[in-house]
Amino acid sequence: MNKITSDNHYKNLIGKKRFWNLSLIILIFIGVILSSKIIDINVSNLLNGMPRLGDYVSQILPSIESNKLFLGSKDQGSIAYWYFNLPKYLKLLFETFNMALLATIVGSTLALFLSFLAAKNTSPNSLLFFSIRRILEFFRGVPEIIFAILFVWVLGIGPLAGIIAMTLHTTGSLGKLFSEVHENSNNKPIEALKASGGNWLSEMKFGLLPQVLPNLISYALLRFEINIRASTILGFVGAGGIGQELYLVINFNYYEEVSAIILLIILTVISIDLLSGYLRKNITRIEND
Amino acid sequence: MKPLRIKNLKKKFKDTVAINNINLEVEQGKITGIIGRSGSGKSTLLRMINRLIEPTEGSIEFNGIIITDIRGKALRRWRSECAMIFQQFNLVDRLDVLTNVLIGSLGRSYSFLNLFGYFSKEEKINALKNLDRFELAEKSLQRSGTLSGGQQQRVAIARALMQKPKILLADEPISSLDPKNSKKVMDDMLKINREDGITIICNLHSLEIAKKYCDRLIGLSEGEVVFDGKPNQLTADIAKKLYDLDDE
Repeated sequence: MNKITSDNHYKNLIGKKRFWNLSLIILIFIGVILSSKIIDINVSNLLNGMPRLGDYVSQILPSIESNKLFLGSKDQGSIAYWYFNLPKYLKLLFETFNMALLATIVGSTLALFLSFLAAKNTSPNSLLFFSIRRILEFFRGVPEIIFAILFVWVLGIGPLAGIIAMTLHTTGSLGKLFSEVHENSNNKPIEALKASGGNWLSEMKFGLLPQVLPNLISYALLRFEINIRASTILGFVGAGGIGQELYLVINFNYYEEVSAIILLIILTVISIDLLSGYLRKNITRIEND
Repeated sequence: MKPLRIKNLKKKFKDTVAINNINLEVEQGKITGIIGRSGSGKSTLLRMINRLIEPTEGSIEFNGIIITDIRGKALRRWRSECAMIFQQFNLVDRLDVLTNVLIGSLGRSYSFLNLFGYFSKEEKINALKNLDRFELAEKSLQRSGTLSGGQQQRVAIARALMQKPKILLADEPISSLDPKNSKKVMDDMLKINREDGITIICNLHSLEIAKKYCDRLIGLSEGEVVFDGKPNQLTADIAKKLYDLDDE
């Protein structure tokens, strides 16, 4: 008797769960249809435009000929001809890399200091908690490109504007992520520090930081990957780096240079992603041993 | 030496009364055990003594200082004089044992350099000596998370000793340990009480251990003192009442 009722109960629960899952799927489907209506997606337009995409891609492809591949930079059809501007690209790419690196380091340091004040369990007072949270939201909410336009206007064209823009955005997003890591930490070591008469700073340094540090480093590396990509885009508004050159060659229709630069950017992003992915994996592995 | 004086102490959490009008004097140099069921207010009482929990009413006095009134630096000094160990040990798992012990000195002698991980040679030697008292010196460079529960609790006692405390509050120190490790931890507490003269106030679940180690027992039930006396005065009848055994 007992068995039967518990079976019924189980079936009931499963039925309810299926019902909710199904309703959710239907809701999402309706949502997708409605939003595509609102933003006016037109499939036929999309299909008509497709060939133009192909045209552009074929235009920017380099004219490489297999028998001339390794000739000098004066001979059309060689790689050296395609990448005649390589030293300049590399210099700009290095600038982009440095912009991202500097913005990540400064941004995550600022984020670290603010995150202790912006986490519910570690903030020393609620007014500070509230105001730091709002400030972080502002930094995170304004797109980097807007900050970049603003600072290009204020400071003039050049990498500094891009660095400041990325630093602000990095501070905003890492500050929030860091504070969430703090909120998920174990409170017991902090309680012990407090009970032994430690002040707030030593509670943070000894009670909290050792627990959260691997997570924080992992987030900062992830942010570095994002900033590498962001810093190329920021060049479009005059904030320095390879992006500025890319914008130039696109506007002047130097087709082959477009593909040369894009390929370089893709290679850089991939290698940074691989490297930082490897580092992140190892940090968590070492820490968990 | 004057006793720790608790006067008309009360603690309310929203609607529930956790501690209801407690008056106690705890003599120095003794081991006082606080016994009672879970939820009887033992932990709340202990945490109010070092102000991890603020009392709703009443006062606590020690050596002429009203503990319940102090703030800031004075409060931190009191907390360092009144060390605490916990049921879950509350060590920083990712730090090595030595650093965990050194942390105990932060309340007593804090310097800005500590924030960069620097501790003076004197404190380091001190920490090693304390670990050595509990036969844990050879573990000092191991991560504390890798130690057994009993070892972790004894590291916590070594950390407490770094505070050079007058009082040690122990909140269920052996509740998550097996009998063998429980005995070791209790023996170590007895040792620091007898050798260093540190007053110990200890919340205990086990009546048997409380009777064996404590000089005085205080029974709490629903936030009130229902027994106060020597271990041999605690009769089976009172114990039954204390733990509500008739219900089962």
